[in-house]
Amino acid sequence: MAVLKMQRINICGLKKNRKAIMERLQSLGALEPDMDWQEDDLLYKMDTAGAKITFEKHANLAEQAVEVLQKYEPVKSSMFASLAGKPLIDRKSYDEIVGEQDTYISIANRIMDLEKEIAEQKAEILKQENRIEALTPWLPLDIPMNYRGTKHTMVLLGTLPEEVSLAGVYAMLAEKAPEVEAVDVEIVSSSRDYTYLAVICLRDQAGEVQEALRSVGFANPTHFTKEKPADLKIKIEKRIKKTQIKIEELEAEIRGMVVEREHLHILSDYYRVRTEKYQLLGTLPQTHNTFLISGYVPAKDANKVADDLEKCFDAMVELEEIKEEEDPPVLLRNNKFSESSEGVLSAFGLPAKGEMDPTTVMSFFYVFLFGLMLSDAAYGLIMMIACGLMLYKFPRMGISMRKSIKLFFWCGVSTLFWGIMFGGYFGDAIDVFATTFLGVQLAEGQSIIPAVWFVPLNDPTRMLIYSMLFGVIHLLTGLGMKGYMCIRDKKYMDCFCDVVLWYLLLFGLLIMLLPSSIFRSISGMEIVFPAAVDLLGKVFAIGGAVGILFMSGRSSKSFGKRIALGAYDLYNLTGWLSDVLSYSRLLALGLATGVIATVFNKMGSMAGGGIVGLILFVVVFLIGHTFGIAINLLGAYVHTCRLQYVEFFGKFYEGGGRQFNPFKENTKYIDIKEENYL
Amino acid sequence: MSGIVWALLGVALAVILPGMGSAYGVGIAGQAASGVVTEDPSKFAKVLIIQLLPGTQGIYGLLVAFITLPKIGLLGGTPADLSIETGLLILCACLPIAIVGLVSARHQGKTSAAAIGIVAKKPDQFGKAMLFPAMVETYAILALLVSILAVFGIPV
Repeated sequence: MAVLKMQRINICGLKKNRKAIMERLQSLGALEPDMDWQEDDLLYKMDTAGAKITFEKHANLAEQAVEVLQKYEPVKSSMFASLAGKPLIDRKSYDEIVGEQDTYISIANRIMDLEKEIAEQKAEILKQENRIEALTPWLPLDIPMNYRGTKHTMVLLGTLPEEVSLAGVYAMLAEKAPEVEAVDVEIVSSSRDYTYLAVICLRDQAGEVQEALRSVGFANPTHFTKEKPADLKIKIEKRIKKTQIKIEELEAEIRGMVVEREHLHILSDYYRVRTEKYQLLGTLPQTHNTFLISGYVPAKDANKVADDLEKCFDAMVELEEIKEEEDPPVLLRNNKFSESSEGVLSAFGLPAKGEMDPTTVMSFFYVFLFGLMLSDAAYGLIMMIACGLMLYKFPRMGISMRKSIKLFFWCGVSTLFWGIMFGGYFGDAIDVFATTFLGVQLAEGQSIIPAVWFVPLNDPTRMLIYSMLFGVIHLLTGLGMKGYMCIRDKKYMDCFCDVVLWYLLLFGLLIMLLPSSIFRSISGMEIVFPAAVDLLGKVFAIGGAVGILFMSGRSSKSFGKRIALGAYDLYNLTGWLSDVLSYSRLLALGLATGVIATVFNKMGSMAGGGIVGLILFVVVFLIGHTFGIAINLLGAYVHTCRLQYVEFFGKFYEGGGRQFNPFKENTKYIDIKEENYL
Repeated sequence: MSGIVWALLGVALAVILPGMGSAYGVGIAGQAASGVVTEDPSKFAKVLIIQLLPGTQGIYGLLVAFITLPKIGLLGGTPADLSIETGLLILCACLPIAIVGLVSARHQGKTSAAAIGIVAKKPDQFGKAMLFPAMVETYAILALLVSILAVFGIPV
């Protein structure tokens, strides 16, 4: 339950071992490089930018080739594929494939070339199809389009920019060129916007005819074919067919390379890992014969790393404690149960320097409060089974995913528990089913499986009181954590003034509140303390308040300012009030689950008993409760987080630490199995 | 007898107003979410969660309605004989969630849209992004609580 202690490790190795040492460090994945240095006469940086870019390019090439394969021969990935994790490959076969990297690069290149060629051929098809389209209106024409006529006649081809009838064209010609007598007009085809004309006239009158036609917008086609349009179309179609066959052949070749997919995955990852290595290499200080690495290592692994490097590579390794002014990265270590909620913590912020890791304490409250909000035994059971199955079926899923699912598994357990306590099994589904279909008679408020504790819907005030009680416990624990941190850092004065005085004040107020008539009227509970306890409560409250008033602003020299700061701190009492009230969401969300479930059960039972009623019930039940689980799960998740982040952390925790980000093999497709992992 | 009209008006308001607010809130957050998903479809699950946050007010309204309806005998029973005072009392009991639900859902929607912006630029800050809309919801929860307690407290 803690932030792992970090140590600084300084490694100085011989240049001839540079590659081996770096690869070793990368596969160990236990060191986060952290170096701050300047180049001088002795130390220089190596320029690795060129190599890095080449490797990056290769990694991308392999990745693109994989994408091309995926396009033509997709691997079906199930919904749960993201849970399954990366396939594991042992070091030996990895090295074998890496040894033949040139072969695989040429395969990747070949795939990319094929893909490029396919794209070009497809563009060609598109071009030919456009040609056919331009040709279509002229298809009925039974002469080549570039046919200009006989010795005495002339053929004019062109379009008019509107739909005109044959009679219309003749009328127009008669009007515009009255002297022309021998002209034959044929409408080849027409659409709404254009009329395609073939006009035959005498050669010596062509000028007048053309003139007349132009005046109404006659335009020549953009392209005159050398053969009959219909013949040309057949030719083009043949060509398209051929191109398509070509494309199919190319695609078949790509499909044939699908066996290389795994190799390309490995290739891509290999170059990705190498890129990272060269990235780091470019920042290392090097001398003529040696090189240096410095960085953070978790203290528990530090000796192992040091021994390993010293033994295998004659490297000089030095471990030091972290200096006061350094800000080491944060790596959390928790027990099996609590580590599941590390994701919740890191979403808020990892512990800053000097802060404790609140994960362990938080994890218990998280699971407890989550169950209280969802509070339906059946929903909890479904969560448990679903998450349990996922954990069982996909043992190699990513670590953070695994932790989240484990968290939901535990939340499911807690939900099951609270569901049994409050008598919620799909809301009141069992009762509704029994009364509607089995003819069981239930009295008002009676249930087949009664709540072990009580039903919040029947007694919301009682639940409200308990919600606030849980809230007070949660908040006081938060304050206690602050006290713990103060004591740990030997700040006893801070502990007394900021924690103990507040405890006094809050307990005093609680003792005064419980027997009061306000509390009695809300809760219906009659609590009478002995006079001594009452007095003690008053003493606590007043003592605490006075103490806070005088001590809270103790850092301030001026007395007036000190009192003012104290009074302001005392005003935080309203903050405590609103924090406690905030826990009423436990009641509200718990009721929401129950009522939404009840609504669906009621809707399902509306058709009454019998087979039709049963079918309706099953359908509404399935849809309704799927929706119910989803919406309430979301609500419980968000609001449990909120109670942790705002109310609980607000008392003691700020966060702001930096995640430990070691130099390791950051792969995308595969994991490499290590023989001797730390 | 006419008290039941007032009571039903309360039920209707408890469903109508927060429902309108939630529709507006989820709508505006959905617009922001769609924008993010066009750029990066892998953020779908995250932005969907944030988009759904302003949807709860509508559910809270429904919740109050479903607690009130059986009480006034309109759900599986005969309509209760309510005096005008009782009817008005029930109407008043429904008002907190009706009004606060409407306003908070609208504002939560706007906050969610902004929070979706956080996820778009810094996906690792999802936890914090989720928190801002959840802050707005607190007030809807408080209103819900008062409405529920009041409805339970009114003798019929």
